[in-house]
Amino acid sequence: MASNVFRPRTTRGWTLYDPRLAWLLVAPAALLLFCFLILPILVMGAYTFFTFVTAGVESAHPTLANWHEFLTDSYYHGFLLKTLRVGMVTALICGVVGYFPAYFIWATPFRHKWLLLLLLIMPFWISFTIRTFSWIHILGEQGLINVTLMKLGLIDHPMEMLYTEGAVIMGLLHFLLPYMILNIYVSLEGIDRTLIQAARSMGCTNAQAFREVTLPLSLPGLAAGLMLCFVLAAGSYVTPQLLGAGRDALFGNLIYDTIMGQLNWPMGATLSIVLFVILGSVAAIYTRYMGMSQIVKGLGG
Amino acid sequence: MSGARDKEGKWAWRLTRLVTLLVYIFMFAPIVATIVLSFNASMFGGFPMTGFSLRWYGTLLQNAQVIAAFKTSLWIAVVTATVTTLVGVVTALALVRFEFPGKQLLGTLVILPALVPETILGVGLLILIKAVDQPRSLPILVLGHILLALPYVVLIAQARMVSVRRIYEEAAMSLGASRLATFREITLPLLIPAVVAGGLLAFTVSFDNTSASLFWRPAGVETMPTQILSMLKTSISPEVNALGTVMIVMTVGIPLIGGILIQLFTKLKRRNENRENVV
Repeated sequence: MASNVFRPRTTRGWTLYDPRLAWLLVAPAALLLFCFLILPILVMGAYTFFTFVTAGVESAHPTLANWHEFLTDSYYHGFLLKTLRVGMVTALICGVVGYFPAYFIWATPFRHKWLLLLLLIMPFWISFTIRTFSWIHILGEQGLINVTLMKLGLIDHPMEMLYTEGAVIMGLLHFLLPYMILNIYVSLEGIDRTLIQAARSMGCTNAQAFREVTLPLSLPGLAAGLMLCFVLAAGSYVTPQLLGAGRDALFGNLIYDTIMGQLNWPMGATLSIVLFVILGSVAAIYTRYMGMSQIVKGLGG
Repeated sequence: MSGARDKEGKWAWRLTRLVTLLVYIFMFAPIVATIVLSFNASMFGGFPMTGFSLRWYGTLLQNAQVIAAFKTSLWIAVVTATVTTLVGVVTALALVRFEFPGKQLLGTLVILPALVPETILGVGLLILIKAVDQPRSLPILVLGHILLALPYVVLIAQARMVSVRRIYEEAAMSLGASRLATFREITLPLLIPAVVAGGLLAFTVSFDNTSASLFWRPAGVETMPTQILSMLKTSISPEVNALGTVMIVMTVGIPLIGGILIQLFTKLKRRNENRENVV
């Protein structure tokens, strides 16, 4: 029998699943990740200790001035706190609001579920910039809500909804809800439905079965969605730029202005590293407890 | 008592249905508004509609900057999609089939570009370029886009790869096929759905990329999203709505038609195979 089992052969000294061959296969990706991801972050780390001379010019003279400025100036702390707050609020609303559609798609007897899923994936195909600026047509002075309410005579002056923190959060929700819904849905799909039938047959009502079985088993997806939404919201740049006023700018905008506007590269590097470390810690704490697999499913599905 | 509980369940389901409906409206209302407003005859980019007109599409076609940005984005996206699919599929193959030192690390690293905020990736690469005294250039922008698209292609290809049983490949090789022939004849055909899906997604990621491109684009080069951003700086014009609509039709239409074609193709193929079997 043993001779029927296929054995890894060696050809010219290479075994079938030779690690050396694997390295050759991953070499392009590894090289790209090293040069465009790891190396930049390392250099950025070094740049935080560079001295800012004047706009666009810095010297390699080591200094702690950038870190000192970041740690003592409340201007930066305000941005950071606001960014974290907006990220958290967005992620929480996404979680609460996103659970319903995910559950609906999973539980509905509707035969064309794929259509509902396709509609959720479709926004990913539409340019993010367009999706974001399209909110101006809803919230702006000439937007759908204001024009309709004025026509109906309910208000005299357009309400100021655009260029507020609310508008920024709205835009972020619009961008992040599909991520959240798909993450929860993937998690729900993984639940063995016989468990719910078992709960029902033992006398649970639908609501009880949901609370005791479905909800706890879908928590990994919800957690992955919350993490993803928080990180993506806190790192956003375009949404606050288009839908917020200057005071609604988030940390990403601060970084952009520091580098592209003030040309203060060492400070820009410092701010980037701060954001990277904070969001990285959130992701690391998450992976520590939940592992990477849920995120992988959520992004790939 | 139990009746009351079932009522609770019924209300919960109604609420679920309602929130789902509202979420779908929330997702599509702004997009629909943009499409509708692109046909507005008014000089201003907002409501109310004053009449139906195609004039903004006309002005759009004569806008040389927009056409240039469109061409730039298109070829960047095509190159990105091609290279990323190639690199991504090969990487996924190694990650699924092989055991090698550093596999875990690479598996994690490859997802990072999708998780690290683009602003950080943008600044990082920019500083690296500055540190080695290189100017911003199109090749660097393209490589950056490949980095951003890589996680998606690898994840999709990996998911598909896992379901392709390695016995097929091993059978081919045990019958004397070379590695390359095995990949071409066995693995690749089984991976085609993932290759197509990954390629399309990579195209979209590149064509759509805004934040990172703002950092990486060479001076004077606009991609489609950065062009839209700069057009939005003054005010929202009907021309931007028309441009948005063209983009939506393109980016939604192409994958949709692609998907439908693949479905039709597999159906036809299956039908033909069935016919052959019958004969």
